[in-house]
Amino acid sequence: MAEVLVVVEANAAGVKKVTLELLTHARELGTPAAVVMGAPGAAAALTDKLAEYGAAKIYAAEHEDIDNHLVAPKVSVLAHLVARVQPAAVLVGATQEGKEIAGRLAVRLDNGLLTDAVAVAADGAATQVAFAGATIVTARVTRGLPLVALRPNSISPTPAPADAEVTPVAVELTDADRLARVSERVVEQKGSRPELTEASVVVSGGRGVGNAENFTMVEELADLLGGAVGASRAAVDSGFYPHQFQVGQTGKTVSPQLYVALGISGAIQHRAGMQTSKTIVAVNKDGEAPIFELADFGVVGDIFKVVPQAAEEIRKRK
Amino acid sequence: MNIVVLVKQVPDSGAERTLRADDNTVDRAAADNVINEMDEYAIEEALQLQEAGGGEVTILTMGPERAAESIRKALSMGPDGAVHVTDEALAGSCALATSRVLAAALRELNPDLVLCGAESTDGRVQVMPHMLAERLGMAALTGARKLTVDGDTLTVERQTDEGYEVVTAATPAVVSVWDTINEPRYPSFKGIMAAKKKPVRTVSLADLGIPAEEVGAAGATSAVLEHRRRPARSAGVTVADSGDGGVRLVEYLATEKFV
Ligand SMILES: Cc1cc2nc3c(=O)[nH]c(=O)nc-3n(C[C@H](O)[C@H](O)[C@H](O)COP(=O)(O)OP(=O)(O)OC[C@H]3O[C@@H](n4cnc5c(N)ncnc54)[C@H](O)[C@@H]3O)c2cc1C
Repeated sequence: MAEVLVVVEANAAGVKKVTLELLTHARELGTPAAVVMGAPGAAAALTDKLAEYGAAKIYAAEHEDIDNHLVAPKVSVLAHLVARVQPAAVLVGATQEGKEIAGRLAVRLDNGLLTDAVAVAADGAATQVAFAGATIVTARVTRGLPLVALRPNSISPTPAPADAEVTPVAVELTDADRLARVSERVVEQKGSRPELTEASVVVSGGRGVGNAENFTMVEELADLLGGAVGASRAAVDSGFYPHQFQVGQTGKTVSPQLYVALGISGAIQHRAGMQTSKTIVAVNKDGEAPIFELADFGVVGDIFKVVPQAAEEIRKRK
Repeated sequence: MNIVVLVKQVPDSGAERTLRADDNTVDRAAADNVINEMDEYAIEEALQLQEAGGGEVTILTMGPERAAESIRKALSMGPDGAVHVTDEALAGSCALATSRVLAAALRELNPDLVLCGAESTDGRVQVMPHMLAERLGMAALTGARKLTVDGDTLTVERQTDEGYEVVTAATPAVVSVWDTINEPRYPSFKGIMAAKKKPVRTVSLADLGIPAEEVGAAGATSAVLEHRRRPARSAGVTVADSGDGGVRLVEYLATEKFV
């Protein structure tokens, strides 16, 4: 079986969940081969996890200049690997970095590209959701190999232990790869909460939360449910919560198992970022709020009464 | 510094949007079309840079004749002129072809800085800045929430999933902006009147030297096999809080095994 190249994303905590999902998808298309690109030593730290989730091979492309530049060096590595391996497909996460890599690689290889897919069939056809989740599209790359960016949370990753034979890849970078230099990286993620797009539970607050201090109530419920915190644009624009937590059309797209909307009306642009969530729960004092049209369970009530009571009840049950 | 701002006309995200039954492309005729919201922030950023350091600001749009309305609207904010790439053969172009066309137009304009919105509200693909940078051999600094220019050095604070990073590059470069970067101005009456007289150059594929069959639906590098409406979510149970709303909420979460 031909190899399927999976572009690995990792952070300080190790392999990102989206990568494990990609490895799970990749098994349907061929032999999963993980591509780790980073500073020297990057692959060694990730090998066990990648093996556990089915990487038969790991291409280790390590170089000092990979991490301190934006995606261009990674694209050079991948272009080289594609030519050498002739894979059945290349899978990336539909994350900021994944999409940027895919866009450049598409140009470099003059190859079609499918983004925001939620599934790929064995023949490379991808299922995508368009227009705020309202339309489902099946599409295929017609020039080149299937180059597909898959959304986080599109599948639950399942282990399938494999050999993970590590193959070092020589990295040769050009001046063009070094045009955009990263001089500083600041992690603003608070505490130990999961990353918004990867979380299986997301608790979001809207304008109804009222001010920044009250967001601790949203955070508290999120922590009790082991989830991430999100916010509507109205909440972000009013300065209640930082922009990187915005859910919706001009923010993040999330697709968790559980989405809890607190004091959010459910405008179409907010729904764009959350309506493919498996279960949706809403608390809003306005019984006519559109969020109730998609909620599996809704409470018409004041969040300042309902949420603290819910938090207390969860604590009692623990 | 000469700046080109990419502006795209998109169907209004507040309205119903669909794909056409006949050729699987976005039904743009049925929708209200507006400037892609994020592009207004790119225009504002360009105007602020111009106010500080001079140079010209040019709008570049690829799209059907109808997109001329959006170009005038963009010009009413203050840019000096526009280039409108329009050609019937462009209908149905994939991202790869679109980037080829825009890159060809940009090569002629030869700007120091290309600004665009971080994503469009219809396609949401976010790949255009990188595709253009790849074709033009420039750096792409994407997702900027702050941009500073010092001579020919650009510094961008860019939002990431985990926080932000500071990235630098020399001009020429492509920078895409998020809506946190500034507050776009409203066109003044004077601006609207002035926009009517500003030069808008219409450019065809032939002008750019791109064969028609290599773009549009004919030259697309991906194809939609089928599309359907996602079944609408049906509303579940809604209860009014009569003092035990929080407890009932947790009971529901417990039956669904979230607690
Ligand atoms: C181009 C474009 C892009 C956009 N992108 C996004 C996006 O990415 N994400 C996004 O979220 N929005 C986006 N919007 C904005 C969107 O249209 C809405 O304005 C926004 O989602 C509203 O946020 P909200 O629900 O928090 O506020 P509101 O609509 O004001 O709703 C607040 C809700 O809180 C309820 N409430 C108030 N107090 C309480 C209380 N004490 N207890 C219970 N309930 C209470 C109210 O009944 C109301 O339903 C976009 C808009 C445009 C035009």
